[in-house]
Amino acid sequence: MGENVKVVRDATCTFCGCVCDDMHLTVDLDHKRITKAENACILGKAWFREHAIEERPLALIGGRPATTEAAVEAAAQILARARFPLIYGLSDTTCEAQRVAVAIADMIGGTVDTTTSVCHGPSGIAFEGVGESTASLGEIKNRADLVVFWGGNPAEAHPRLFSRYSVTPKGMFIPNGRKDRTVVLVDVRRTPSTPAADIFIQVKPRSDFEVLWALRALVRGRRVDPSIERRTGVSLTVLEDLVARMKSCRFGVFLFGMGLTMNRGRHFNSGALLALTTDLNEFTHWVAKPVRGHGNVTGADNVVSWQTGFPFGVNFSRGYPRFNPGEFTSVDLLTRGEADAALIIASDPADNFPKAAIEHLRRIPVITLDPKATPTTQLAQVAFTTATYGINVSGTVYRMDDVPITLRPAFESPYPSDEQVLTAIRDRVRALLGGNRLPAGAPVAAAS
Amino acid sequence: MGSPLRIVNGRVYDPANGVNGAVQDVCVRDGKIVADVPPDAKRIDAAGMVVMPGGIDIHCHIAGPKVNLARKVQPETHRDDVQLRTRLTRSGTGGTVPSTFATGYRYAALGYTTAMEAAVTPLGARHTLEEFQDTPVLDKGFFVLVGNNLLLYRLLQEGRREELRHALAWWLKVTKGYAPKLVNPGGDEMWKGGRNANITSLDDKIGSFDLTPRRVIAAFIEAGNELGLPHPVHIHCNNLGHSGNVETTLETMRLAEGRRAHIAHIQFHSYGAAAGKSQSNPTSRARDIIEYINTHPNISADVGAVMFGPATIMTGDAPLAYMLRRFGSNKWVNADTENESGCGIVPFKYQDRVYTNALQWAIGLELLLLSEDPWRMVFSTDHPNGGSFMSYPRLIRLLMDRRYRKEQMAHVNQKALDQSALRDCQEREYSLSEIAIITRAGPARLLGLTDKGHLGVGADADLTIYEEDEDKEKMFSAPRYVIKDGELIIEDHELRADHQGRLLHVAPDYDPQIEQVIEPFFEDFYTIRFANYPVDDRYVPKGQIIPTTPSAAAAPATAGTRP
Repeated sequence: MGENVKVVRDATCTFCGCVCDDMHLTVDLDHKRITKAENACILGKAWFREHAIEERPLALIGGRPATTEAAVEAAAQILARARFPLIYGLSDTTCEAQRVAVAIADMIGGTVDTTTSVCHGPSGIAFEGVGESTASLGEIKNRADLVVFWGGNPAEAHPRLFSRYSVTPKGMFIPNGRKDRTVVLVDVRRTPSTPAADIFIQVKPRSDFEVLWALRALVRGRRVDPSIERRTGVSLTVLEDLVARMKSCRFGVFLFGMGLTMNRGRHFNSGALLALTTDLNEFTHWVAKPVRGHGNVTGADNVVSWQTGFPFGVNFSRGYPRFNPGEFTSVDLLTRGEADAALIIASDPADNFPKAAIEHLRRIPVITLDPKATPTTQLAQVAFTTATYGINVSGTVYRMDDVPITLRPAFESPYPSDEQVLTAIRDRVRALLGGNRLPAGAPVAAAS
Repeated sequence: MGSPLRIVNGRVYDPANGVNGAVQDVCVRDGKIVADVPPDAKRIDAAGMVVMPGGIDIHCHIAGPKVNLARKVQPETHRDDVQLRTRLTRSGTGGTVPSTFATGYRYAALGYTTAMEAAVTPLGARHTLEEFQDTPVLDKGFFVLVGNNLLLYRLLQEGRREELRHALAWWLKVTKGYAPKLVNPGGDEMWKGGRNANITSLDDKIGSFDLTPRRVIAAFIEAGNELGLPHPVHIHCNNLGHSGNVETTLETMRLAEGRRAHIAHIQFHSYGAAAGKSQSNPTSRARDIIEYINTHPNISADVGAVMFGPATIMTGDAPLAYMLRRFGSNKWVNADTENESGCGIVPFKYQDRVYTNALQWAIGLELLLLSEDPWRMVFSTDHPNGGSFMSYPRLIRLLMDRRYRKEQMAHVNQKALDQSALRDCQEREYSLSEIAIITRAGPARLLGLTDKGHLGVGADADLTIYEEDEDKEKMFSAPRYVIKDGELIIEDHELRADHQGRLLHVAPDYDPQIEQVIEPFFEDFYTIRFANYPVDDRYVPKGQIIPTTPSAAAAPATAGTRP
């Protein structure tokens, strides 16, 4: 360790949607390394301790090193020329950068989409259909005496969801912590999360909707046929016991994951769970919370919503925001070969999108902003190296429960932030276009 | 700031300075009203037009966590009401909860230049400030929800009134809020902690706390007055929307005991209960409410008028939203915020044939038509709860045009009108000067914004110029010119420039020792670190601190008080 050491207290981990803000980081400033991350979970420790400033060019244009300025010019030229550009990613960057990204999409008449469309997008669609009763994580800590996890594995994906927010912590009306709660876990298989539960309910794969609908019926006092067990693997007795617990608790919560949303039924599943939550409020207090993955995916949902009225999959080509999942969501739009350029921010679709979508990315000019080299940066025409949010740059991040937190960076990076690069691109595109691009046939008055 | 400007030939309505329709010049320079400008300054010929200060919305819901949930939950309302981008301005979507850019431009296009977001959880302050940065043109502030705050409850329960005041000041300052807001005090604790129960009277016990709404309200009115805030405690009373709630409202106003208090959207709190079998139907008790306000100069209110058509219920009053969920909507949002608040959202529609909706519409008009002091009974629809701000021009016409009002009365549920006194106020028509008071000068005075709501030398150059028209709805729907901070934003009815308004906030002094009381509570019961809770200045690219004038009792206890 170098001589030059500082401690950053109350820093925030942006690895997952828990966005824990109680990290005490020991930073070796000489070597630009975080040597200790007190309070971090196993994932957070890796996030902080494995972070290093790599010797990478500030930017690559066509694979050759370039200055940030030259790359901004190249990126702006691509975006100004594009007729149907896609801006995608955004869930691992700050809200400040997200706001500029949506501004660019609006200015050039492109499409903006976030990783929500491949994650909890179905929950967002379900929300639009039935609403949601929800709560900040502190309410769960302070009040929840019945906690039901559905279709997720927090022990491995969100470790501190258990320890900081929902299972073990003591709260104002939960003075004994774990002892005062009943924990239920519903999943298609046993996982490392299973031992945390008092009750484990194993459903047959692809039958979550049927289980949720049966629960809705039972909550409303309707009869459910015992054959439900054959269909779902869960006996009527188990369901009736769960319903009795759900009706009699003081404050119940569902924490649901992608096991529900990316399963057969998708938004019908999320909608059934949200509707069940609403139904249960006839009897006692109930809330539900999608457990979000990326550090600031919730911020992306919020920013896109406040700027456009819609959470993801928004197209501006007619001069105003339109929302149509399936049409303006990235996988669909790329698979059909529609986008003629892509600006990918803090995301790696070339690693995790379907093959046809990746093939189209190879055919069009792609611009990337990423701290690391990824399969996507490798196929990019213009690749910016940017500073890592939360470690090297400040900004705002929304926790999975919509609580915004300001980041405290540990040390400086030689690379610019996403916000700085996007702002430079926006300003340059604006100069090239002479203001916002107006759609063909726009009223003359609007051009003034 | 724009170049110097002289507005000539317009009829000027500046009630704060006693100007009532006189034709006189108004000069603007460097964002302020000035006495004169050089002869070569740009001129606007306002012949046949009316010049007023920019509109000020004292109570609306336009930004922050609950507003964004309400936006997200209603994509169907955005689809057919879009805001096109121009070369200079951003696109957006409308409905009763427009996107941020559409909100700013649409308010401006009605002649409004300032708006107060009326309910923000402290934890949501940062979110609200981010949305404000994307809400153009308007100067903005927000009221901070403190009436269901569990740390403040603990201090009050233990009789620690001084510390309650310091903690209140701390909360206002660290969130960059404008005024303390109480919403259904005690109701959220009953809702979250009591199996979805609610408060029914000022003397109910609040859950496990040894407190009643009566004690909470009195203590906050006292603390707010001692802190000398520019706007006093802003109160959404208990029992909103319930038949017979007039008694709760009157009792709440009496708790002020001569001290200043503002009652929000009072129309929703002016209901009697009919005797006999239709007991659940409300009746109008607007007369009792307005008589109390007419005779108590310490009390002010915004009306919270209801307009027929689509609306969105969005409120910190979670049990209320749950109750309203039964009326026609298949969507309901509830969002609990730890230690601070509840929240409920329900898409809604007011219908003229429905008894209760028609009665609400009538009561809003009654209150305004019976009011004897327009400075203290000011204009609002509690946007978007009673209707969108886009319906303001129609509401102005209802007040200014008795023939139109009579026509409209013929279309609504007549049994509801039988229960109101609206037919007895047929004669009154608001003058342009009175409209200028209830939409401009009055809200500015109630908010303590001395540079706004008037056109005297030194005032902010926020102005609206309307073309005179017999049809007042038409006249107030589309001003010919709107000037914000001296800059011509709207010219010939069109957006001509983008503009970023200011955040208006307070920064009252407090004894720094109070942080020793607050921090341990955070350790135990919040999930955000105490150090990460205060909002820093980066969230306020343009701000203005409105000064407080604390009473002697509230003078800082120690010399070490922060500036």
